[in-house]
Amino acid sequence: MNKTSLSHHISRQFNEELEDIRNKVLAMGGLVEEQIENAITALVNADVELAEMVISRDYQVNALEVAIDEESVQVLARRQPAAGDLRLIIAVIKTITDLERIGDQAERIGRMAIHLAEMERPKNQYSELEHLGTQVRKMLHNALDAFARMDTEAAFAVAKEDIKVDAEYEAIMRQMITFMMEDPRNVKRTLDIMWSARALERMGDHACNISEYIIYLVKGKDVRHTSLEHMEKQARD
Amino acid sequence: MSSSTTPTHAIDMDNLGRGSATNQLADETACLEIKQLNLFYGEKQALYDIDMIIPKKRVTAYIGPSGCGKSTLLRCINRMNDLVDSVRVDGEILLDGQDIYDKSVNVADLRRRVGMVFQKPNPFPKTIYENVAYGLRLQGIKDRRRIDNVVEKALKGAALWEEVKDRLQESALGLSGGQQQRVVIARAIAIEPEVLLLDEPASALDPISTLKIEELIYELKNKYTIVIVTHNMQQAARVSDYTAFMYMGKLIEFGDTKTLFTNPREKQTEDYITGRYG
Repeated sequence: MNKTSLSHHISRQFNEELEDIRNKVLAMGGLVEEQIENAITALVNADVELAEMVISRDYQVNALEVAIDEESVQVLARRQPAAGDLRLIIAVIKTITDLERIGDQAERIGRMAIHLAEMERPKNQYSELEHLGTQVRKMLHNALDAFARMDTEAAFAVAKEDIKVDAEYEAIMRQMITFMMEDPRNVKRTLDIMWSARALERMGDHACNISEYIIYLVKGKDVRHTSLEHMEKQARD
Repeated sequence: MSSSTTPTHAIDMDNLGRGSATNQLADETACLEIKQLNLFYGEKQALYDIDMIIPKKRVTAYIGPSGCGKSTLLRCINRMNDLVDSVRVDGEILLDGQDIYDKSVNVADLRRRVGMVFQKPNPFPKTIYENVAYGLRLQGIKDRRRIDNVVEKALKGAALWEEVKDRLQESALGLSGGQQQRVVIARAIAIEPEVLLLDEPASALDPISTLKIEELIYELKNKYTIVIVTHNMQQAARVSDYTAFMYMGKLIEFGDTKTLFTNPREKQTEDYITGRYG
């Protein structure tokens, strides 16, 4: 399946339906990406107003999920898509579930940002979370880009990136445990940081899932729950 | 509720999902082997180098646009093309290892072994009973009780018995289209063929009758090797184990139905089944 493959149906209407679904997925992805960015900025800058905006905008992500789901159901019921078209719809239905979950995690970070804004600020202004957040946001950006271009190599690169994210998350955990042992008065604040780091790490996993759906979409190969080597092989096959 | 400690719905992890195991052509027993088959209508070549096996007791579907040669190929399997004057056939079709185009083959005998059902139901203007008994009478069987038995069995096999058992002596022409098609299928299976060729068997039927025919195909493959030509791709996807895609007289792709409809190998197949122009 290649990039141009949404078009060229004998039914022009069908082309438009698929194109519309695809565009909505990319729009939803763009919105979620923005939510991550704003959530991180709110946390790092103790910007309560921005954090509240992130929380209140989550409904838009949810509404997009419902709308895309509905359109996908219509295509399944009315068009009985096959082959690449079928894989597109299946990949879309799965992708938007993961996008919605990422949206929920961004909202969670927004809530943490409000808690943390009221507490004492560390000297580094949460640079470790900022760094992890930037990395995760890039992963999602690249995954969406790979989806738009149907690029399995790029999708695989996203999955590979998740190893770094996991390592960084582990490092933050260790650091936070040390803080808590040093001074129990840090526990409350540290827990919020850990929850935020955890949310970011989960976002990375969701971006990774999306990259797996892209390989399914393009190559018809299911690479979920397999090794990275296997995924690489299928992506390049 | 069962008090037993073993779960009542234990999941067989080695066999997840019915049909999740992909059928493998290589593991099948061949019923028919088509080898290097070329067919000409006069000067015009209609089939090019067809090579494939048709597995035993499976449903094999041919799909492809009009004029791609799928019906022509189907008709080769019981030498129905012999009836067309200008036809010339090269190559072999082996039925259980024997070439059906060999001079020693008795065509009437071949057609007894390879039954055929057409697009339009074509019951004879006779009673339901006589329609089904027709093949037996042709074979010279006179034993009344034996014929009764075969008629009942064939009508049951064609999932029609319950609907017609009280009016076997009425004309078959009075039945609905879907029922007529099942009478024709009963007539075909009454003589116990090995292979059943179905040429668009449901395209003249309403959706409910179509589903009944499809259900019947699913039952029949326990006993017969079935080859079906259909324009309805969803139908091929629903009923067949293997699907062959033909285009311009050539076999483009042949493989298990599950893969062909989700991840076809050839772009031409993909374009056709997704409704694109190439």
